Amino acid sequence: MQAGAAVAETAKAVPPKPARRPFRLGVGKWGLGVYAILAFVFLLIPIVYTIVFSFNDVRRSNIVWRGFTLDNWINICQQPEVCEAFGNSILVAVVATLLATALGTAMAIALVRYRFRFRTATTLLLFLPMATPEVVLGAGLAAQFLTAGVSKGIVTIILAHTMFCISFVVVTVRARVASLDPALEEAGRDLYASPAQVFWRITFPLLLPGIIAAALLSFALSFDDFIITNFNSGAAVTFPKYVYTAATRGIPAQANVIASAVFLVAIIGVVIAQVSAGIRRKRLAKAG
Amino acid sequence: MAFGAFSSATPVAAEPAVRRRSPIALFLLLPGALYLSLFFLVPFVSLVLTSFKAPGEFGDIGEYDYAFKWENYVAVVQTYWPHIARSFGYAAVATVLALLFSYPLAYFIGVKLRRFPLWQALALTLVIAPFFISFLLRTLAWKQILSDEGPVVTVLQALTVLPEGAHITQTPAAVIFGLTYNFIPFMCLPIYTSLERLDLRYVEAGGDLYASPATTFMRVTLPLSMPGVISGTLLTFIPASGDYINASSAFLGAPDTAMIGNVIEANFLQLQNYPVAASLSIILMAVILIFVSAYIKRSGTEDLL
Repeated sequence: MQAGAAVAETAKAVPPKPARRPFRLGVGKWGLGVYAILAFVFLLIPIVYTIVFSFNDVRRSNIVWRGFTLDNWINICQQPEVCEAFGNSILVAVVATLLATALGTAMAIALVRYRFRFRTATTLLLFLPMATPEVVLGAGLAAQFLTAGVSKGIVTIILAHTMFCISFVVVTVRARVASLDPALEEAGRDLYASPAQVFWRITFPLLLPGIIAAALLSFALSFDDFIITNFNSGAAVTFPKYVYTAATRGIPAQANVIASAVFLVAIIGVVIAQVSAGIRRKRLAKAG
Repeated sequence: MAFGAFSSATPVAAEPAVRRRSPIALFLLLPGALYLSLFFLVPFVSLVLTSFKAPGEFGDIGEYDYAFKWENYVAVVQTYWPHIARSFGYAAVATVLALLFSYPLAYFIGVKLRRFPLWQALALTLVIAPFFISFLLRTLAWKQILSDEGPVVTVLQALTVLPEGAHITQTPAAVIFGLTYNFIPFMCLPIYTSLERLDLRYVEAGGDLYASPATTFMRVTLPLSMPGVISGTLLTFIPASGDYINASSAFLGAPDTAMIGNVIEANFLQLQNYPVAASLSIILMAVILIFVSAYIKRSGTEDLL
């Protein structure tokens, strides 16, 4: 979001475009709009389907529509395995996000701000996990845990998730560090702030939007990860793993309830953030 | 939120600070670098070692000894070449389809909606909306929609487009469809980021020089959005070629649509045939690395990160 907002800001600096040529106003313009609407509808089809079927009045296999009910939403934990899996997923995502955000933010600052040897090697070490298919990451870690004799469970899932989240944190925070005006920190130093004060009172607050974006991204990646989890979970069950194992024998509507609830919370959060950013932009434009 | 990760090439507004040498750098880098070494590099080495292992002397299931049995690779390619071909074939087709679907959409959001920032932000939210609902559940939703009793098959059969008794699910087409749908956001966001930054004065200059809209698109818009197309293609192709959800029989596929991922999963988690799983992983990884580096060299985007 941050990078996107920054780009939107720079785009505004471009002088207003002169009037369009008449031939550009024809079918092309409307055609693209109609296409976009159809594309959005297409993207939303399985989401709407999942949400609608969370209200389906069924016990076990949630395939045929049997009527509307709120029971699934009221008794989410009627299928205890679903709730337990959901709890595990939240636990894993929270711990992995905290670890990955801390490690990744530090690396992002170092990459932008400092000179050091092995710079190329470090960049490669960060790029490779993103270029590696999840199945290879999962199998590699599992082979490692097997060789080391580590028994798989929640801890190994957290270790695996932290690993693949770090690179995404670095990329997200790095953009923010790079766009930070060093003059602000210099001003702090000129006013006799200690390095720690400069960091906590100037650098960190300015980086915070980027760090939050990175943390949210990590959380989303970890929460929805199935492939790496499947290789490193042992008997522990996360929400996606529960859905996978239940897929053959029928998924209870409660799984749809949880997925729909997560979706609605996320989407409402994003829309509120965007609308408030839009209002702030307008206010700033008026003030300026 | 998600597309922050894809817009790595954001132009730097302020003059970057001079990079200093300092022991702090080591303190900041070391924990993360050690973590990645321990949980990414070492496992990768361990995967390579596993791929050369030979069966243990007592022949127990899941027991293997260190060896240099390079024949493992020959055997794996001989047995599983259809899966290898299928993986890269499906992934390639899905990547092209996702590109054709996403480019006009990204153009609409990045260029046409530029003057309406709030609408632009909301449209982007719709593009990343599939990220917010479970990957597995949305694939299962498509399975139900495309199933034999589902609306799509019924309508197509009524229109006699689809012959009686034909399926959509459990076919390669369904697997490719699932791969395309699931990775569209990965394709759309980087292209959007490139097009958002496109200076429209270049496009106008094309028109002023009497280029047709098509020529302007091919000579100006498309080349300027190439960085987005490249990262979108990589972000779609890499996960798609390693995916095994869409191709799995419980989802959109059938046993005869199995991809490398399915074979690796079965051999690692069910059959405990670790050397086969490991050597297939290495083959998958090697092909992708060759592809990625060739692609990046040709397109001249050296610094993806």
